[in-house]
Amino acid sequence: MKTRGKLIDFAIDVFLFCFSILMILPLVFLVSNAFKTPEEIVAWPPRIIPSDPTLENFRSVLADTPLPLWIFNSVAFSTLSMVAIVMTSAIAGYVLAKFPFRSLNIIFILILATAIVPFEVYMIPLYFQAQALGVLNSLWGLLLGYLVMSFGIFLIRQNVMHSIPDELLEAARIDGAGEFWIFWRIVLPLLRGALGALAVLAFFQAWTSFAWPMIVTTTRNSYTIEVGLALFQTGFTVDLGRLSAASAAVLVPSITLFVILRRNFVQGVASTGMKE
Amino acid sequence: MLQQKRWRFAILAILPTLAIFAWVRMYPIVETLRLSLHQWNILSKNKPFIGLANFRELFQDQLFLNALTNTSIIAFGVVILTVPTAMVIAGLIHHRTHSRFSGFYETSVFIPHVVSLVPAAMAWKWIFDAKLGPLNALLEFFGIPAQAWLFDPVLSVICIIVLCSWQALGYAVLIYLVGFKNLPVSLFEAAKLDGASGVQRFWHVSVPMLKPITLYVSVVTLISGFNVYAQAFVLASDSQGAPGRQVRVLVLDMLENSFRNYRVGYAASEAVVLLAIVLVLTLIQFGLLREKGRK
Repeated sequence: MKTRGKLIDFAIDVFLFCFSILMILPLVFLVSNAFKTPEEIVAWPPRIIPSDPTLENFRSVLADTPLPLWIFNSVAFSTLSMVAIVMTSAIAGYVLAKFPFRSLNIIFILILATAIVPFEVYMIPLYFQAQALGVLNSLWGLLLGYLVMSFGIFLIRQNVMHSIPDELLEAARIDGAGEFWIFWRIVLPLLRGALGALAVLAFFQAWTSFAWPMIVTTTRNSYTIEVGLALFQTGFTVDLGRLSAASAAVLVPSITLFVILRRNFVQGVASTGMKE
Repeated sequence: MLQQKRWRFAILAILPTLAIFAWVRMYPIVETLRLSLHQWNILSKNKPFIGLANFRELFQDQLFLNALTNTSIIAFGVVILTVPTAMVIAGLIHHRTHSRFSGFYETSVFIPHVVSLVPAAMAWKWIFDAKLGPLNALLEFFGIPAQAWLFDPVLSVICIIVLCSWQALGYAVLIYLVGFKNLPVSLFEAAKLDGASGVQRFWHVSVPMLKPITLYVSVVTLISGFNVYAQAFVLASDSQGAPGRQVRVLVLDMLENSFRNYRVGYAASEAVVLLAIVLVLTLIQFGLLREKGRK
């Protein structure tokens, strides 16, 4: 009986192992194709380690596209969006959790009601707002769509309610601490974990955004990496080797970052499913 | 007095966030609703109010109906492929929590969910490529004729479903794993004592207990399926980017109407249809959850 159980566990492990490999195989091949010569890309069966690795693809992508600039745009946009979302969510989440006033309840309901509206629904009017401000084709235009995150506000509110006791705040108030001092010196440090998870979530959200950068940026030098790559691949003379090289240059750093921040990320994403 | 001081702090503290929120979220949402009832071509100055005429036209517009059908097929296809797979995979990973590879399983299933859409789609574009791709080579190896995956209208929808499911799976597995962790252990012990096999325990205990999670994951996956755009843009555009070849999806149709045909009001009415779909799905989810709570 026991050996049979072990055998089943072993079989499950083998299955899960194969499944996991299959999931990442497309990305593995993408990276390996980036180093292949045009002849080798079409070879069957495909090899994971190129027999004759070459940097030619990378060289020609860098010659043809402002790839480093696109990456810079994406990093700057994602970082600014992350900072904006963490700041707005921290303050709003704390206030909405710990200050029981009726006016604040109305605000919370408003935020709640707009939370389910997908970005794609309202991005066209937002585009005209960006146009009116004259920020099209710039970082600020990109940022306009990613300044706040309803979910971030919920996440922080939830966290404040669960992890910060009222007594702690009251004690500080009795000691004569100002409200701002309490937020800055007591609340924020206690929220470090939740804010970290939110930061990672916000960064990746902006990093992988597509539709908004697609309509806001129309000049080659203002593209984010996603838009740049998507339009690059529709060009006439583009072959798979160069596409793979450009993609790999984006994938490898972001996957590395993800693996490093995995715990934060998983915590953040898992909490999206926690709402009642 | 004290209350008043705290109230003032609260309002002052939330004001900046609220202002941003009103400006980049609430205003454009209201504006979408308003524009959908107006006829506005970017070039003309006046925007006459035309009631529901945009919507009436929408439901006779072949391109829109085509986009709506494609998007619905993609959204439901992704759910059908993703949710059962995610449940089984999460169940197995949960069962092997103590395996030394469990971290590896979780990470590799989740990675497709976090990588940027376009580079990931590029990988699949190569897989599906009619001439160079490994999929056709594999099929031919088994004696099945090669297919023009990304050019055939039916097959390219299937390709988009596969790509979207590959990306959606990680999120669904993660949420299910949280669900499995929160299931009461005692229930499984009892089932075990009654002699239920692993498969029986999964089918008769886990599946019904996880129903709220299944509902949540299905709705979230459906909603993101209805917003599909990047995947269709990358996979189903040929090397010349000919729009005729693209698999028309709602967001694509909307953006084309707004920025290529300059019919902003019309595009806004499409956005309202998208919003209505999302609202209905969310309401169904809440309704089913509440019904379950009452029992």
